[in-house]
Amino acid sequence: MLKPDPSKPLDGAYVGQPVPRENARRLSQGRGRYVDDIAFRNLAHVAFVRSPHAHARILSIDTDAARALPGVVDVVTGEDLKGLCAPWVGVLAHFPGLKSAEQYPLAVEVARWHGEPVVAVVGESRALAEDGADLVEVAWEELPAVVDAQAALAGDAPAIHPELGDNRAFRLEVGQGDTASAFAEAAVIAEEEFRFGRHTGLTLEPRSIVADFDPSLRQMTVHHSTQTPFQMQDVLARHFGLEEGNVRVIAPDVGGSFGLKLHVYGEEMAACALSIRLGRPVKFIADRLEAFQTDIHARDHRVKARMALSQNGEILAMEVDDLTGIGPYSVYPRTSAVEGNQAIRLMGGPYRMPNYRGELNIVFQNKTPMCQYRAVGHPIACAVTEGLLDKGARALKLDPLAVRQRNVVTADMYPHTSPTGYVFERLSHEECIASLASLMDYERLRREQAEARQRGVYRGIGLATFIEITNPGPAFYGVGGARISAQDGCVMKMEPSGDIRVMVSVTEQGQGTETIMAQVAATHLGVPLDRVSVYTGDTQTSPYGGATWASRGAGIGGPAVMKTALALKANLLETAAVILQAEAEDLDIRGGAVVNRGDGTQRMKLAELGRIAYFRPDTLPSDFHPEMTAARHYVPQGYPFAFTNGIQASHLEVDVETGLVRLLDHWVVEDCGKVINPLLVEEQIRGGVVQGLGGALFEECLYSPEGQLLCGTMADYLTPMAGEMPDIHMAHVETPTLTSPLGAKGVGEAGTAAAPAAVMNAINDALAPFSAEVTQMPFTPERILTALGKV
Amino acid sequence: MKAAPFDYVRVSSLDELGELAAAYGDDAQVIAGGQSLVPAMAMRMARPKLLLDLCDLPGLADIRLTPEGLEIGAMVRYFELAASPLVAAHAPLVSAAVPLIAHEAIRSRGTLGGNLAHADPASEMPAVMLALGAVITIAGSNGARRIPAAEFFIGTYETALRPGEIITAITLPAAPVGRRGAIDEVVRRSGDYAAVGAAFAIDLEGETVAGARLAFFAVCERAVLAEKAAAALCGQRLGHVDPAPVLDALAEEITPVADLHNRAETKRHLMKVLAGRLLQRLLSGEKSTHG
Ligand SMILES: Cc1cc2nc3c(=O)[nH]c(=O)nc-3n(C[C@H](O)[C@H](O)[C@H](O)COP(=O)(O)OP(=O)(O)OC[C@H]3O[C@@H](n4cnc5c(N)ncnc54)[C@H](O)[C@@H]3O)c2cc1C
Repeated sequence: MLKPDPSKPLDGAYVGQPVPRENARRLSQGRGRYVDDIAFRNLAHVAFVRSPHAHARILSIDTDAARALPGVVDVVTGEDLKGLCAPWVGVLAHFPGLKSAEQYPLAVEVARWHGEPVVAVVGESRALAEDGADLVEVAWEELPAVVDAQAALAGDAPAIHPELGDNRAFRLEVGQGDTASAFAEAAVIAEEEFRFGRHTGLTLEPRSIVADFDPSLRQMTVHHSTQTPFQMQDVLARHFGLEEGNVRVIAPDVGGSFGLKLHVYGEEMAACALSIRLGRPVKFIADRLEAFQTDIHARDHRVKARMALSQNGEILAMEVDDLTGIGPYSVYPRTSAVEGNQAIRLMGGPYRMPNYRGELNIVFQNKTPMCQYRAVGHPIACAVTEGLLDKGARALKLDPLAVRQRNVVTADMYPHTSPTGYVFERLSHEECIASLASLMDYERLRREQAEARQRGVYRGIGLATFIEITNPGPAFYGVGGARISAQDGCVMKMEPSGDIRVMVSVTEQGQGTETIMAQVAATHLGVPLDRVSVYTGDTQTSPYGGATWASRGAGIGGPAVMKTALALKANLLETAAVILQAEAEDLDIRGGAVVNRGDGTQRMKLAELGRIAYFRPDTLPSDFHPEMTAARHYVPQGYPFAFTNGIQASHLEVDVETGLVRLLDHWVVEDCGKVINPLLVEEQIRGGVVQGLGGALFEECLYSPEGQLLCGTMADYLTPMAGEMPDIHMAHVETPTLTSPLGAKGVGEAGTAAAPAAVMNAINDALAPFSAEVTQMPFTPERILTALGKV
Repeated sequence: MKAAPFDYVRVSSLDELGELAAAYGDDAQVIAGGQSLVPAMAMRMARPKLLLDLCDLPGLADIRLTPEGLEIGAMVRYFELAASPLVAAHAPLVSAAVPLIAHEAIRSRGTLGGNLAHADPASEMPAVMLALGAVITIAGSNGARRIPAAEFFIGTYETALRPGEIITAITLPAAPVGRRGAIDEVVRRSGDYAAVGAAFAIDLEGETVAGARLAFFAVCERAVLAEKAAAALCGQRLGHVDPAPVLDALAEEITPVADLHNRAETKRHLMKVLAGRLLQRLLSGEKSTHG
C-alpha cells in the first residue's frame, strides 16, 4: 500500500501525495452518520406493496384491512398521490426522438415491472408498515410481458405504453467514412455477437431517504443518500410545486453510489409526497430485496459487430449494431439513452479507425428500469472493440500487444477527433502499452503460458486498451434541457483560529472527494492539511453545483477549490501586507504562517492574522476591510469532456473440465492526468476493476421468461468477493489536461471500463487451443463449458 | 424486510419443548443457529408465531465418544466441529467439510442439527452424513428414535422429522481402518452453495476397495448416495482404478435437476468431472487420505 514517504516531509505540497482518506477512520469505527442513523421526532416509516407481475393491470385495491391495523398511519395508492406530485418523463432534447411515458411515484392503472411500487403503507415502524402491506389486497389482470429486448421489437409484441406506439424508445445512427469499401478490401473480418447481462450497483448502504415537510412554512427538508443534492432539490421543487428555496436536500455520509443514487425513484418521491400529506417526517430505507427489484439495473446489451482488418492488422472499419433493453421507462431526469449513446460512440475509441458505422436501438421491456451505472457504456464499447481486435489478430496470427501498438492514436496526432466526433486533447496510449508490457513482463508470461499448455494447464492473457469520459461539461445534460449543473462552486473561509473551512458542491460517496479537496486547498493556500476541513452535500450551505457523477469530482471540483484557495490566499496576503506594512507580492503563506516570499522567514501565524482581522480591525487603516472568505466557480471549457486512457491486462486460468475461471493477476496502467492522490487513484482503479470483474464473471440479474426477477438475495446474485480477486498491479502515466489549472482528469470509472474486456480476451486466449470462444457476460462455468462443447 | 410478529421462548427441557410445540402446532418452530431460519423470516417466507430456541437444552452441544461411535449434539456449531480434536480424529471428513460451508460469521452460529433439519439439497453436511453412514437421533413427544441418514433426507427442505420432533444428536459409526474420505465441490466463489458437490468415503481392504459410499449434493432435490456407482467401484484396486464404469453408473442412477445458474445437463457433466477427480485423489496413489 502507498504511504506518505516519511523521508519527504509534506512541505505543503499535498497534491500528488498518497494522503489517506480522512473519513476512513470515522467510517471504519462505526461513527458514520448515514440517513438511517439520524433521529427524528414523530418519524413514520413507509413500506410498499409491489407488483408481483412483470406486466399487469390493477383491477382493484383493497386497503381496508391495512388501514384498520393498529400502528398503520396511512395507506395510499398511485391514484391518491397523483394530485400531490407532477408526473415525470425521462426524455431530454439532445436525444431527439427519445420517448418515454409519464411516471408517478406509484403505479397508476398498470404495473410494468416485477417489484414496481403499487401501494405505500405508512406505519409507526417499518415492521408495522410491512404488517400493513401484508394486508393490502390487489386484484390483478396479468398482461403479456415483454421480457427479451429482441422480442420487444417484434411486430406482434404488445406495446408496453400503447400511447407511444411501439416499444422502440430511441434509435440512433452514428458514423463516418465508407465502411462498405473498407470491409470489401479487408484481409480479415472479425465478426461476433456479444451479450452483456444485466447487473446492478449494489451499494453497501441501500437507497435511503427521510423526507421532512414543514407545512407551516411549506418547507421540505430531505435527508437523502444521493450523489446529487442540487439536482434533487430542483426535481423536488418542480414536482411538488414548492419554491426551490424552500427545498433543502442534505446528503450525509453516503455508503457508495456507483451511479445508482442520482436517478428519480418512485419510492423516494412517494416518501416526499407522504411527508407532505401527513406533515410528519417519513423514512424509506430500501432493503436488499427492494434494491434488487428497484435500484436501476445496468448494461443489458446485445451487440452484433464486425471489424475489418488489413493484412498487417490495421483496423480499417467497424460496424456495430447495439440493442439494449431499458425496462419500461427511460429513467428521469438523465434518461436511459446515455449508456447506449456512449457505447456506440466509444467503439474503437483508442484506435486510428477511419471508417465507422454504429446503430443503436433502445427498447422498452417489462424489467426493472435500466440506467447509468459506473462506466456508463464503456465496458460495452471496450469489450466489443477489444474482443474483435483479438479475434482479428488471432486470424492474422498477430500478437495482441503488437496489434494494439499498431493501431492506437499516436502522440503526433493530437488533438484527435474520433469517427463519432469525440475530441481527444492528448492521450498516452503508446506509453501506457509500453509501461504495461514491462509491468506484467509480457514476454515471460507468454513463455510460461506456452509451457503450461504443454502440461494441460490453460492460462490466458487478455489485454484491453481503454478511454474514459471524465470532466463532463454542459454538453452532457445541460444542452438537453436538464437542470443539472456542469459547474461546481467553492466557498472557503479562514476562521480566527487560522483554520480553513471549505464548502464545495462536489460530494463524498466514500471515494475520498473531501480528502482530495482538502489536499488542493491546503496546497494552494499553504496551510497544513489538518487545518483544513471540507463540508459537502447540503444545498443550504454548499455553493451550487453538479456534485458526483461521470468522474467529475477531482477534475471539476478540484479546480474550483484551487481557484478559491488562490483567491483566499490573495485576500489573506493583502491583509497581512497591511498589518506588516509590506508588499503583498513579497509575502507568501507556508505551513500556516505568513512568510517572506524570498527567504521563507516567518512573519506572522495565520491565527494572529485571524485575531487582528476578526477582533481588532480597528488597528487597521480605516478604509481597509479584511476579506476572510473567497468563492469561485469552475466549469470545464474548451472540450466537452476530458478523456483519460490506459490499458488493462488479465491473466487467468480456465479449468476446461469445470468451466471455472481462476483470476491470477490483473494489471492496469492508466493516465488520469495530474494525480492528486495516488492512493485514492489506486483505490478507485481497484474498486472499479473489481466491479468490472463482477460483471465479467459473476453478476447477473436473472429473469424468468415471464419477467419474474429470480435473484432477490446475495446468495443468488453473485458479487465478486475478496477470495476470488487477483492482485491488481498498477502504474501511472501522467498527461495533465491543459484545460484546467490543476491538470487533473477523472478516474472513477476506468477500472470498470476495461476489466470485463480484459477478462473476456484472457478466457478466449486460454480457450484458443480448443477454438472455443465466449462472448456472453458473465462468463459462467456453464457458458464456458457450452463453448467447449462439453455440455 | 422485517419479520412478521412472533414470540420467543428459550426452552430448558424436552418436556417444555413438547408442551409448547403441541400447544402451538404448526405455528411453533424451533430455532438453532438461525442462519437459515432468520433470513426466511425476514423475507416473511417463514412466519412462525412462536420460536423455540434450543440453545439452553442440556447436552445438545456435546461431542463425545460412545460405544456406537462419535456422537455430535444437534446444537454443536460449525466452528466447534472444525476445532474439535475428537472430530478430527474420528470423522476427518466432517472437519474437511466445514470450511466449505458459508463464511466465518455463519459458521460461528450455524449448527449441525439445524443444517440437517433444514435439508438444503445443496448443503454439504447431509452428503457427509450419508457418506459416513450417520445415525440421527430424534426426540419427540413419543420419546426418542434413531434413523439412518439415508432414510432421513426426503426432498428439498423435507426430512423424516414429524411435527414436534427435533434432532438431538448425530452418531457417526467408527470407521474401519482402511477408510479414505474426501469432499469437494464446484463453486464459483468460496463459501457459496455448490453447483455440484460430492463426499466420498471409501473403505480399502489391503489394496482393494471393499466398500464405498459416494454421496452427492447440489445435484438433485436431496443429498443422495450413488449406490450403483459404488458397486462399480467395489473390487477395484488401488492405483489401477478404472473410473469409466463408476461414472457411467453414476450418470445412469442420478438425474440432476437444474438450479438458477446451471442446467441439468451441466450438472450431470460437473458431477462426473468431480467424481472422477475425487476417485483420482483417493485411489490413484499411495498417499492415503483418511476420512
Ligand atoms: C450467507 C449464507 C451462506 C450459507 N452457505 C451455506 C453453505 O455453503 N452450505 C451450507 O450447508 N449451508 C450454508 N448456509 C446455511 C447454514 O449452514 C445454516 O446455518 C444451516 O443450514 C442451518 O443451521 P442453523 O443452526 O442456523 O439452523 P436454523 O436456521 O436455526 O434452522 C433451520 C431449520 O432447521 C430447524 N431446526 C433447527 N435445529 C433443529 C433441530 N435440532 N431439530 C429439528 N429442527 C431444527 C429450524 O426450525 C429451521 O426450520 C448459509 C447461510 C448463509 C446465511
